[in-house]
Amino acid sequence: MNIVVLVKLVPDLVEELNIDPSGAALDMSWLRLIINEFDDHAIEQAILLKERGGGQVTIVAPEYEGVDEVLFTAAAKGADRLIKLSGDASAGSAQVFVAANNHALARACAAVIKELQPDLVLTGVQANNDLDGPLGPTLAECLGMPYVGYISGVTVSDGKVTARKEYPGGLIAEMEVKLPAVLGIQAAEQPPRYVAVSKVRMVMKTAAIEERAADALDPSGGPAVGRMFQPEAAVHAEMITGSPDEVADKLVSIFKEAGVL
Amino acid sequence: MSQDIFVVIEHLRGQVADISYVMLAAAGELSKGIGGNVIAVLLGNKAEGLAGNFAAVQVLYLDHPALADFTSDAYQKALAGLISEKQPRAVLFGNTSIGADVASGLSIKLGLPLVSSCRSFGADGKFVSQICGGKIMAEGDLPSPTALVTMVPGGYKPEAGQSAQPPALTRLEVAGLDALRVSLAKYIEPEAGDVDIAKEPLLIAVGRGIQQQDNIQLAEDLAQAMGGVVCGSRPVIDQGWLATSRLVGKSGKHVKPKVYLAMGISGAPEHAEAITDSNTIIAINTDPKAPIFDIAKFGTEIDLFDLIDPLIAKVRAAKGG
Amino acid sequence: MPERVDFWGIPYTWGSPAIYVYTLMFLAAAILLVRFYLRARLWWQVGRPEVRWDKLHVRIGRLIKYAILQTKILSQRYPGIMHVCIAWAFFMFFLGTALATIDTHFYKILVGYPFLLQKLVMDTFTVVFFVGAGLAVYRRFIQKPRRLTLSAGFTFSLVMIILIVLGGLLTESLRLAVEKPAWAWWSPVGWLVAKIWIATSASDATLTAWHLGVWIAHLLIVVATLVTLPVGTLLHVLTGPLNQFFSKLDRPTGRLARLPENGKGEPIYASTLRDLTWKQLLDGDACTECGRCQDACPAFAAGTPLNPKQLILGVRDALRADGRALLVKDLQAPLLVGEKIKDEVLWSCTTCGACVCECPVLIEHVDAIVDMRRYLVIEGRMDAELQGALENFGRYGNSFGQSERMRARWTQPIQPPIKDARREPVEYLWFVGDYASYSPTLTDVTRMTAEVFQKIGLDFGILYDAERNAGNDVRRIGEEGLYEMLVEKNTTALSKCKYQKIVTTDPHSYNTLKNEYPQTSEVSETSEVSALPVLHYTELLDQLIRSGQLKFSKKLGLKVTYHDPCYLGRYNGVYDAPRRIIQATGCELVEMPRHGERAFCCGAGGGRIWMAEGEIQASPESSPRRERPSESRIREAVALDGVNTFVVACPKDMTMYRDAVKTTGNESRLQVKDLIELVHAAL
Repeated sequence: MNIVVLVKLVPDLVEELNIDPSGAALDMSWLRLIINEFDDHAIEQAILLKERGGGQVTIVAPEYEGVDEVLFTAAAKGADRLIKLSGDASAGSAQVFVAANNHALARACAAVIKELQPDLVLTGVQANNDLDGPLGPTLAECLGMPYVGYISGVTVSDGKVTARKEYPGGLIAEMEVKLPAVLGIQAAEQPPRYVAVSKVRMVMKTAAIEERAADALDPSGGPAVGRMFQPEAAVHAEMITGSPDEVADKLVSIFKEAGVL
Repeated sequence: MSQDIFVVIEHLRGQVADISYVMLAAAGELSKGIGGNVIAVLLGNKAEGLAGNFAAVQVLYLDHPALADFTSDAYQKALAGLISEKQPRAVLFGNTSIGADVASGLSIKLGLPLVSSCRSFGADGKFVSQICGGKIMAEGDLPSPTALVTMVPGGYKPEAGQSAQPPALTRLEVAGLDALRVSLAKYIEPEAGDVDIAKEPLLIAVGRGIQQQDNIQLAEDLAQAMGGVVCGSRPVIDQGWLATSRLVGKSGKHVKPKVYLAMGISGAPEHAEAITDSNTIIAINTDPKAPIFDIAKFGTEIDLFDLIDPLIAKVRAAKGG
Repeated sequence: MPERVDFWGIPYTWGSPAIYVYTLMFLAAAILLVRFYLRARLWWQVGRPEVRWDKLHVRIGRLIKYAILQTKILSQRYPGIMHVCIAWAFFMFFLGTALATIDTHFYKILVGYPFLLQKLVMDTFTVVFFVGAGLAVYRRFIQKPRRLTLSAGFTFSLVMIILIVLGGLLTESLRLAVEKPAWAWWSPVGWLVAKIWIATSASDATLTAWHLGVWIAHLLIVVATLVTLPVGTLLHVLTGPLNQFFSKLDRPTGRLARLPENGKGEPIYASTLRDLTWKQLLDGDACTECGRCQDACPAFAAGTPLNPKQLILGVRDALRADGRALLVKDLQAPLLVGEKIKDEVLWSCTTCGACVCECPVLIEHVDAIVDMRRYLVIEGRMDAELQGALENFGRYGNSFGQSERMRARWTQPIQPPIKDARREPVEYLWFVGDYASYSPTLTDVTRMTAEVFQKIGLDFGILYDAERNAGNDVRRIGEEGLYEMLVEKNTTALSKCKYQKIVTTDPHSYNTLKNEYPQTSEVSETSEVSALPVLHYTELLDQLIRSGQLKFSKKLGLKVTYHDPCYLGRYNGVYDAPRRIIQATGCELVEMPRHGERAFCCGAGGGRIWMAEGEIQASPESSPRRERPSESRIREAVALDGVNTFVVACPKDMTMYRDAVKTTGNESRLQVKDLIELVHAAL
C-alpha cells in the first residue's frame, strides 16, 4: 500500500496574530509555524495503516521554516520517505509557501504526488488558515481522484478503502471509496503518538529529505482579500469580578433568574 | 450567466440541517446587495417534501437514486453539470461534512473561484470570512464570474431562511451519475447516550481548561447539585473523558439550553457555532481574550478550580434552604 | 592462672576435634563461598558494567559508617537498637572466636587478664544479643509492623542465630558448672546459668556429656547457618556491606547517570535485566526487606501502584528466576519493564528520594526507576497528559503551552525594570523557573521576590525570553533527549551573559543547574571546574543576613512550620539556611514530625504534576485514609499546636499545598506562604 501524506504548516494560535502593514494579510514576522494538527492526525493514521497492512508512507511538505523537524519527526514515527517541495530560491521559499493559498499548494504538490503513484493520499480535513477551501479536496481534483472528508477511521481492503465519515451529532457514515483516493482526516484512530527527542535526533542522522523544485505557484481560484482585521465583538460578556465566594453568589442569582435553580 | 444566488441544501436522513436555512438567509441578504434571485438547490431521491419552508424564489430539485444519500462523488458530479449550465453569480455551500467535500473540487474542475469559512456578506456583497480559530477576519469582493462560497453559521439566524410559503419546485433530471467512485455502505448510529444533551435545559460544559480526567468529577458534582448535565468540547471527548454523546460542537450536537455554563472552554468557532442558540451562556476562563466571552452573556476570569467548590456549596444551600 | 582450654570436654577418642571442626567449617565456608559466587556472578555477568571502585577511601569510610556503626539503621530507635544489639554482638563473637583460634594455634594470648576480659566482654554481648533478639521476637510476632515481610525465611534466620548464641552460652555454662573456677564471676551470665546446672545435682560426667551434645549441636547449627546464608535472609550480611561499599559517591542522587551506550554507540534503554548495571542487580540482592523505603514513600502512601520495596525485590526475583538462563550471552532477555515491573509502577514515582535516604544498605531506587522510564519514553508509553506536557516543553520550553514571549510578562509592573542579563552584566543572574513565571496564581510571589531583591540592593537580572525550563523534571521523566535540548538552549543563553552567580527560587532548577549542567556540556565532562555557581535564594539571603547586609526591621511573631523541599533538602542538604531566615524574621518555628531529611514530598516531582492522578486508593499496607501526599502533609502541619502558617520554598510546593489546604478544608486554620513572603513582610 503506497500512502502519501500531505502536510501543511500553519500559524501557531498560541502567539499573538497581527495584520501586516498592507492591511490585507497576516504579519509573517511574528508567526510561529507548527504542523497543522489535522495533518498530524493524517500522519498517525498513515502509520497505523502501514503497521496493520504493510506498505510505504511518504510525507510531502512544502518548504516552510521549521519543516525539516516536522519531516524528521514523521520519519521517527515510521514514515519511509520524506519529500520537501522547495520554491523559488530568490524569493525565499519559506515566505512563498506560507503566503500561498490552497489552490496554489494543491497544484504544486499534485505534480510531485502524481509521480509517486500513491494508492491513498491522506491529509488533514482543514487547517486554521484556509480561506479558499481545504487543501484535501482541492488536491484530489487536481489529481483526478475522489475525495471524502471528515474521516475518523480507515480500513483497507483490496482496491478500495472503507472510510468512517463524521456527521454532526456523532453519526458516522461508512463510505466505500475506490482507490486511488484522497481522504481528509478529522481524527486518527488513536491520538498522534509521542516521539522522544532523542529518537528524532537519531533519525536525523540516517533519514534524508528529498527536495523537489516546485513550479511557479498559481493561486488562481482563491479570493482576493481586501482587508484583514481582528474581530471586534459586537457584544461582550458582562464580566463578574470578586472573590470566588462573591462570584459564586452572583452566579447563583443568575441561575435563579434564568429559571434553572 | 445570471445574477442568481444558488444555495446547496444540506439534508441528512430526511432532516434539513440548520446551516441550509442560515445559507438561505445569507443568500437573501446577499441578493439585497447585488441583486439576483435566491434559488435553493436540492439533491436527493424522492425528497421533494423537504423543500416546503425554504425562503427561496425557486427550488431546483435534482432527483436521482444515486443522490438519495450524500456521497461526495455523486453530488459533485451533479452540481458540476448544474453550475456549468446555469452559471449563477454565486453558489453557497455549508462549510460542513457535506458542503466542504464538494466545493473545492468544483472550484478546480470548473475553474471557478472559491471563498471558504464565510460568515456573512456586507451590504455591497463583500464576503466576510473567519480564519485562525475566529481570531482573524478576512473581507473581500465577491469574486467573479461565479463565486463558490462555503459558509459557517453564526452570521444569520436560521429562522430568517425559512418561509411560510413553499417555493416553486422545478424537477431536473441528472445524467452522468454512473461509474461513481464513492458509495455509502451504511450509517452507524451514535452510541445511545443516557441523555440527549440537545434537549437539556441546563448544561455544564468542560473544555481543555479542566486539565485532567479526574477533574471532570467536579463538573459532575456541580451538575448533580444543580440538576444539570455535563457535556464537553472536542478536546475532552477526544481524550475519552466524556462519551461522544456529550460532544457539543460542529461534529457533535447543537444545543439550545436555558443556561450553558462553559468552564475552561476557549470558544473556538466549531464549538461556538453549536451553542449560539443558548438562552444564557456563562463563561469561566482565565484568559480574558478567549473568544467565548464574545458570545457569552456573563463571564468571569476566576480560575474554575477556585470557583467550583464555593459554587457547589452555594447551589446546595440555595436548593436546600 | 586462668586460661583458655582448647576443646574443653570434647573427647579426643576419634582423633583431635580440631580435624572435625576445621573440616566441617572448611566445607561450610566452601559451600557458602560457592553458593555466594553462583548468586554474585549473575550481577556482573548479566548486568552492564559500571565503575564503582574509585575513591576507595570514601567507600571504606561508608563501610565503617553504615556497616559497622550502622548509623542509618539507628535512625529509627526501636529497630535500630534491636539490630545493633544483634549485629555488634555477632561482631564481638566473631572477634572472640578469632582470638580463640589464634590462641589455639599461634600464640596463647587468652591467659590471665586478657582472658578474663575476653570472657566478660563475650558475656556482656551475650546479654546484648538476647536483648536484641528479644526485641526482634516481639517486633516480628507481636508488633508486626506492616512494612516488614513476615515470612518463614526470616523466622528461620532469627531462630538460627538465637540457637547459635544459646549454644555458646550453654556450653560455657556447662563447662563452668563442671570446672567451677575461682574467676567464674568474670563470666557473670554463664556462671548464673551454671548455677542452675549445679543445682540439678547432675554429675560432672553428665554435665560433660550434655556439654558435648550442645557443642556438637552448636557446631552443626553454625554449619547449617553458613551453608544457607547465601540463599536465605541472612544474605544481607554479605550483600549489604558490599552494596554500601559500591554505593554512588555523590549521594544523594543530585545527579543522574547519562544515557549509556553500547559498543556500537547506540543508546541503551533499560527494559531487561541485561540493561541494568551490575550494581543495580546487587541492589536487588542487598535488600533486607525492611520496608523503610515503603514507609517513607509518598506515592505508596497515596495508594499508587508504586512500592519501592517491591520494586527492588522485583529486580531480585527476576534475577533469581531468569538470571542463570541469561548467562548464555546471546539469549534474548525477557522484558522486565511492562511485564514484571508495570508501567504504572514506574510512572507513580515522584523522585523525592525518601526511599534512597532511608535505605540502610544504600539502595538507589530512583536511578533504576529513571533508567526504566527512559525506555518507556522511547517507546512512547505514557499517559496523554504527560505527552502533552512534554510536547509543550519541546515546542515552547515550558509546560504551560504558552509562548516564550509570555515568560517575562510578570515583570511588567515592576519599577525600575529588572535588568536584562542578556544585555548587561549582573552580579546575580536570577533563573526564575516556569511555575514562577507562567502560573497566574504565583505571579504575586514572583513579583514580591523581585521587590525583595531590589530592596536589598542586589545587582540582579533575568534571562527574559531566553530562559527555558531547566529540565530537572524532564530528565526524571526519562526524556533524556528533550532534557539535552533544554540544557543546550539554557547554556547557550547563559554563555552569552556575564554574571558572578546564578540564584534561583526553584529547587528543581537549582538541583539540575548545580549538579547536572556541567556534566552534559561538552567542555566539562571530566572537570568540576566549570560547574555553575548556583545558589538557592534561601542560601543567598542567609549569607546576606549573616554578613549583616540584610537586616530586618520588624519581628513578625508568627508561629510557623517549614516544609523542606525535596530538591533543596534531601537532594542538596540545604536545611539550615531557610530555618535561620525564619528565625531572623522573628517567627517561631515548630517542626513537623517528618522534617529535614525526613520531609514528606508534596507529590508533584518526577513529572507527577503533569500526569493523570489516577484513583487514590487505600492499599492494605498504606494508611486507610484516601488522600494525596500533599493532604497528608497539611494534616501533619495542622496537628501542630498554634501553627497557622505553612512556609514553603518551592513554587510547586506552593501550588500543591494551596490546593491541599482547600481540599482538606483547612483554609481558616492554615495559610501557605513562601519564605520570601515572610522576608518581604519583615524588611
